[in-house]
Amino acid sequence: MGLLNAVVQGVLLGGLYALYAAGLSLMFGVMRIVNLAHGDLGVVAAYVALVLVTHTFLPVWAAVVVTVLLSAVAGYLLQRLLLQRSLSSGPLATLLVTFGLSVILQNVLQELFSADTRSLDTGTFATAAIHLGEISVSYLGLLGLGLALATIVGVQLYLSRTATGRMMRAASDDPEVATLVGADARHVYAVATSIALASVALAGMVFAMRSSFSPTIGSMSLIFAFEAVVIGGLGSLWGTLLGGLGLGLAQSIVGYYDPADSILAGHLLFLAVLALRPQGILAARGT
Amino acid sequence: MNSPQTCLEIRGLDVHHGQLRAVTDLSLTVAERQVVAVIGANGAGKSTLLRCVAGILPASRGEILLDGVDVTRLPTHRRVALGIASVPEGRRLFGSLTVEENLRTGAYRHRAGPWDLAAVTELFPWMADRRRQRSSQLSGGEQQAVAICRALMSNPRVLLLDELSLGLAPVVVTRMYEALPRILESGCAVLLVEQDVSKALAMTDQVHCLLEGRTVLSGAPADLDRKSVEAAYFGIDRREAG
Repeated sequence: MGLLNAVVQGVLLGGLYALYAAGLSLMFGVMRIVNLAHGDLGVVAAYVALVLVTHTFLPVWAAVVVTVLLSAVAGYLLQRLLLQRSLSSGPLATLLVTFGLSVILQNVLQELFSADTRSLDTGTFATAAIHLGEISVSYLGLLGLGLALATIVGVQLYLSRTATGRMMRAASDDPEVATLVGADARHVYAVATSIALASVALAGMVFAMRSSFSPTIGSMSLIFAFEAVVIGGLGSLWGTLLGGLGLGLAQSIVGYYDPADSILAGHLLFLAVLALRPQGILAARGT
Repeated sequence: MNSPQTCLEIRGLDVHHGQLRAVTDLSLTVAERQVVAVIGANGAGKSTLLRCVAGILPASRGEILLDGVDVTRLPTHRRVALGIASVPEGRRLFGSLTVEENLRTGAYRHRAGPWDLAAVTELFPWMADRRRQRSSQLSGGEQQAVAICRALMSNPRVLLLDELSLGLAPVVVTRMYEALPRILESGCAVLLVEQDVSKALAMTDQVHCLLEGRTVLSGAPADLDRKSVEAAYFGIDRREAG
C-alpha cells in the first residue's frame, strides 16, 4: 500500500466520521445540546437494521430506509418528551440526561443482544471495490463519503431554503426572539433532533456494514464525532465535514507508517487544533 | 366621534419578575388604528408589561384580551398566530441571517394581510438594495427598521414597540415614528413603550404613565399638561406623601 492509497482511505474513513458528526454538530449548533448518547443512537440503529434483516423478508437497503425513518420519528419524540424538559434547566441538565441515556442504551443493548460482536451483512457489496492501480476504493467507503456529502449538503439547503430551517438558525441566534416571531421552539428543536438522529442512524448502519459492532462501540464513535466537530469548528456543518476528513486523513496516514499510532494521531490532531486554533478550521457562521 | 373597535384590552394585570411585582393592577385598551404609549422612568415596569402581553412573562393576575379573545394563558407563538407582534427592546435581529431572511422569519405564521416583502420594502426602500447583507452589518437605525418590518410581516392586529428610540440619533428616531401612520393604515393597533416623553406625547393618542408598576396618570396627550406628566414620571407627589 502506498501513501497515496493511505490518503484515499483516509478520505473515505473521514467521510464516515463526518456523517457521524453531522447530527452532533446540528444539535449543538441549533440547541446547544451536547448529545452524549449520539454514538449509541447510531449503534441502536445498526441493531434495528440487523433485526429487520434477520427477522423479516426485507433486503438490506430497505431495512436501512425503514431504520432511518424510524430514527427520524424517534428523534422527534426524544426531543419533545425528554430533551426539551431538560433544556429549561440549563446546559448541565441536558448533558446529564444524554449521559444517562447513553448508559441506559448500552445496557439495554447488552441485555437484548449480549456483548457479542455482530455485523450487518451486505453480501458481496461489503468487499467490492474499484481498483485503480495500487489504490482500491471500496464501495462501502464511497457510500459513507457519498452519504456524508449528501447529508451535509441536504441539511445546509434545508437550513437556508425552508421556513423551518431558517427558524432553526434564527433560534440558534436568539431563541426568545424566535418565539416572538411565531416559532414553536419545541417543534423546531424536535425537527432538528429528528434530522440528527436520521443522519446518525445512517452512519451507524454504514459503520456496521464496514466492520463488526457491539453494544458499547457507540462511545468510541462519539469521541471521533466530537473530534470532527471541534476540529471543524463548533456550529459549522461544512467545518464538520472538513473535521471528519482531517481526522480520517490523520489516522490513515499515520497508520500507514505505524498502525499502532493511528488512533493516537487523530487525538493529537484534535489536541493541536484545540491548542492552536480553538475556534476550529471554520469558525461558526454568525456575528 | 364613533368609537373604533377595541383590539387589545388589558384588565387588572399583575406581572411578577421573580419575587418582585413589576406591574400592579394595570388596565388599558388599545383600539384599531390607535397608538397608546406607556411612559415611565427606568424600572417602572414598562418593558415587563410588553413582555407579558407578548407571552414571554406570565401574568400573575388579570386578563389580556385580543379582539375579545382571552390570550392570557396562551404561549408566545400562539399569540403571534392570533396577531400580536413584537419589536423587542434593543432590536435583536437574528445576526447570522440576512436582512431578507430576518424579514421572512416574521412571516413564519402565514397570517393573511397587506404586509409582505414588497410592502415592507416600500416602507423603507433602502432595504431592497441590502436584503442580502447580514443583519449584523447594519447600523442601529437600519436594524430598528428591519425589526419593525419583521414584526409587520406577521400582519399583526397589535404591534408592540419596546423603546424604539433606544440608542438611536434623534433624526433616526423621527424617521421611525414617521412610518407609524402608514402602519396604522393597515388596521392594526400600536402599544409602545418609550422613555422619550416628548416623542410619546407628540405621536400618540393615549398616554399611560407608570410609576413602580402602577398607572399614576393617563389620558390623551392634549389633556395632559407638562407639569403633571413630569410629576407622575418622577413620582414627585408620592415622595411628598410617603
